Amino acid sequence: MAAITMNHIVKRYGDGFPAVNDVSLDIADGEFMILVGPSGCGKSTLLRMIVGLEDITSGDMLIGGQRVNEKSPRERNLSMVFQNYALYPHLSVFENIAFPLRLAGTSDAEVKKRVQDAADVLELREHLERKPANLSGGQRQRVAMGRAIVRQADAFLFDEPLSNLDAKLRGQMRTEIARLQRRLGVTTVYVTHDQTEAMTLGDRVAVLRKGVLQQVASPRELYEQPVNLFVAGFIGSPPMNFLPATVQGAALRTPFGDLHLDDRRAKAVAGHDLVIVGLRPGHFEDASLVEEDKRRHGSVFRAMVDVTEWLGDQQYAYIPFEAPAEITAQLRDLSRELDSDQMRTQAIVEIDAMSRLREGREAEFWVDTRKAHVFDPKTGTNLTRDAEAGARMTEEVAQERAEQLTETREGRVTAG
Amino acid sequence: MMGAMSTRERVLWYLGALAIVLYALFPVAWIISLSFKSQGDLTDRNFLPRNPSWGNYETIFSGSARDLFLPALRNSLGICLIATFVSVVLAMFAAYAIARLDFPGKRLILSTALVVAIFPAISIVTPLFNLWRGIGLYDTWPGLIIPYLSLTLPISIWTLAAFFREIPWEMEQAAQVDGATSWQAFRKVIVPLAAPGVFTTAIISFFIAWNDFIYGISLTSTEASRPVPAALAFFTGASQFEEPTGAITAAAVVVTIPVVVLVLLFQRRIVAGLTNGAVKG
Ligand SMILES: Nc1ncnc2c1ncn2[C@@H]1O[C@H](COP(=O)(O)OP(=O)(O)OP(=O)(O)O)[C@@H](O)[C@H]1O
Ligand SMILES: [Mg+2]
Repeated sequence: MAAITMNHIVKRYGDGFPAVNDVSLDIADGEFMILVGPSGCGKSTLLRMIVGLEDITSGDMLIGGQRVNEKSPRERNLSMVFQNYALYPHLSVFENIAFPLRLAGTSDAEVKKRVQDAADVLELREHLERKPANLSGGQRQRVAMGRAIVRQADAFLFDEPLSNLDAKLRGQMRTEIARLQRRLGVTTVYVTHDQTEAMTLGDRVAVLRKGVLQQVASPRELYEQPVNLFVAGFIGSPPMNFLPATVQGAALRTPFGDLHLDDRRAKAVAGHDLVIVGLRPGHFEDASLVEEDKRRHGSVFRAMVDVTEWLGDQQYAYIPFEAPAEITAQLRDLSRELDSDQMRTQAIVEIDAMSRLREGREAEFWVDTRKAHVFDPKTGTNLTRDAEAGARMTEEVAQERAEQLTETREGRVTAG
Repeated sequence: MMGAMSTRERVLWYLGALAIVLYALFPVAWIISLSFKSQGDLTDRNFLPRNPSWGNYETIFSGSARDLFLPALRNSLGICLIATFVSVVLAMFAAYAIARLDFPGKRLILSTALVVAIFPAISIVTPLFNLWRGIGLYDTWPGLIIPYLSLTLPISIWTLAAFFREIPWEMEQAAQVDGATSWQAFRKVIVPLAAPGVFTTAIISFFIAWNDFIYGISLTSTEASRPVPAALAFFTGASQFEEPTGAITAAAVVVTIPVVVLVLLFQRRIVAGLTNGAVKG
């Protein structure tokens, strides 16, 4: 087990394209770190540099305090689960899992014991003699995991290990990976572009955009205190709504009426004229269902409901709005970059499932302004981010994690 | 696929297959039958020999045709094995480079190989004959091995390159992460995956060289290097009015045996290798 430290890591491919650009990241011993970002942002490249399959153009990579830039993959003692699993088709499941042990020259009896232990954890006992080609997707995935956990690696690296599975199996394997990692307490770096995996698995999540690190924080901090428009739009599903607004003292004039800001945020936006307001779908509600004492924390506005989607325990409404040309262009670029097909000139709002809104009619909505974020449209920076509150959230997770880790390790010492 | 077929369709398929097999195997069966007939019975218009005998085989192994046949068999085996080996080794390097690396002139190599493969052998035999006599390669083993390489190399490069392209090279990286050196990754993962392709190519090469007649008859003159297909043409009957049909058929059966043995020996490996299957779901 070891911490992984990256200092100003840069990767340029042959054509000079910087796939990873000046990334500095500290991954603590035993931590579960998620790398997330849209397709082509350099996640796999970064992971492959950690494991040693890709040369590092500049910067330092440290594993357990040792500089490993020039070390070959086998000297780094990491194990990796590839996106397509990369199982050896000519070997049985047993030999696939045993492969790293055989290379290390482990004795037959020890190999047998370790492989069977791993197979028990992953419920692969009855498949050990089969060939990978005859297994289902989920079973192959578990064989790949088995090969990763069978030896005492310093860290686990996963490159979108669940992307080849169907939705149900993905959910199942996700919890399994989480449980396994907590149990083993091994440093883990996990690449994904799946929201749910990023939010549920990681202690911390690193968001990459075009090879540049945007923010590293606990899922909760990313969600509540994003540093910029990109992170705000990337994290959360359905995504955050971005409305154009003009600053009028302590109020923001938006297509949905005026929003009032508290002192801290009013001060932060002072001096700006045109801004973008970010409001999560969950910050809205059907005004008729909001109690009086809650109402004063937000503003009420009337708008046309275009479409509603009723999902049983939730309901979404789509509200179109007008935006000035310069903001529309900015939002269009953003949604293209985030691979989202959603039109950014309509707001998605989440309302109570009991609400009886009608499509094509006007309705009255309430929006909670306490959690609104305000972004600079030119740079995309979050003007109203509360860094302290964010740091507190991430700190809490780190503490929780440290306690858990001590417990696991103590537990293992007594058990072993 | 078979499961989706109706009974009627399946019966038709089997009938078709049977017809093809009969059509292809009938001449073989006939030659075998002829090889067991005695000289007098050859034209008795009977498919099965009336008095089966090993006479023809005795002729080629210990009788009058012995000095012609045995050296030829040795030449054929030696020359074809060497040509196959050299061709597969060279083709392996070439195909590896073509499948794995990006280098200028890659397409040129492949198209040149194709051109060489379709160039008719008969048109270069005469110049080769003169050249070989001039430099002393005429009627020697290398004198046949070199032209055989020109026949087998192009097809070997093409088959192997196609095969190597299919190998998931990510395996090699997975092995390295698992703690293998480059050499171990190659030996424990890539070689087993590539072996079926190499065997297939070797067998194809061997057949091509084994079946050659034009070079064999034109570039040799004695038993020092004359291969079996060419030697058959020099068989003589007991008297000069007698056709050596019996001996020729017996020799033909004997030279078919290595081919059959090779296929039986390696078909398992080839089929197993090809169906081992993909990595992804
Ligand atoms: N061998 C290569 N040569 C040149 N450019 C490359 C190479 N491999 C990757 N790239 C480029 O580097 C960038 C990052 O690629 P990478 O595979 O790390 O993306 P990713 O974040 O893993 O994307 P995905 O989610 O699609 O897997 C891409 O723009 C890609 O085009
Ligand atoms: Mg990737």
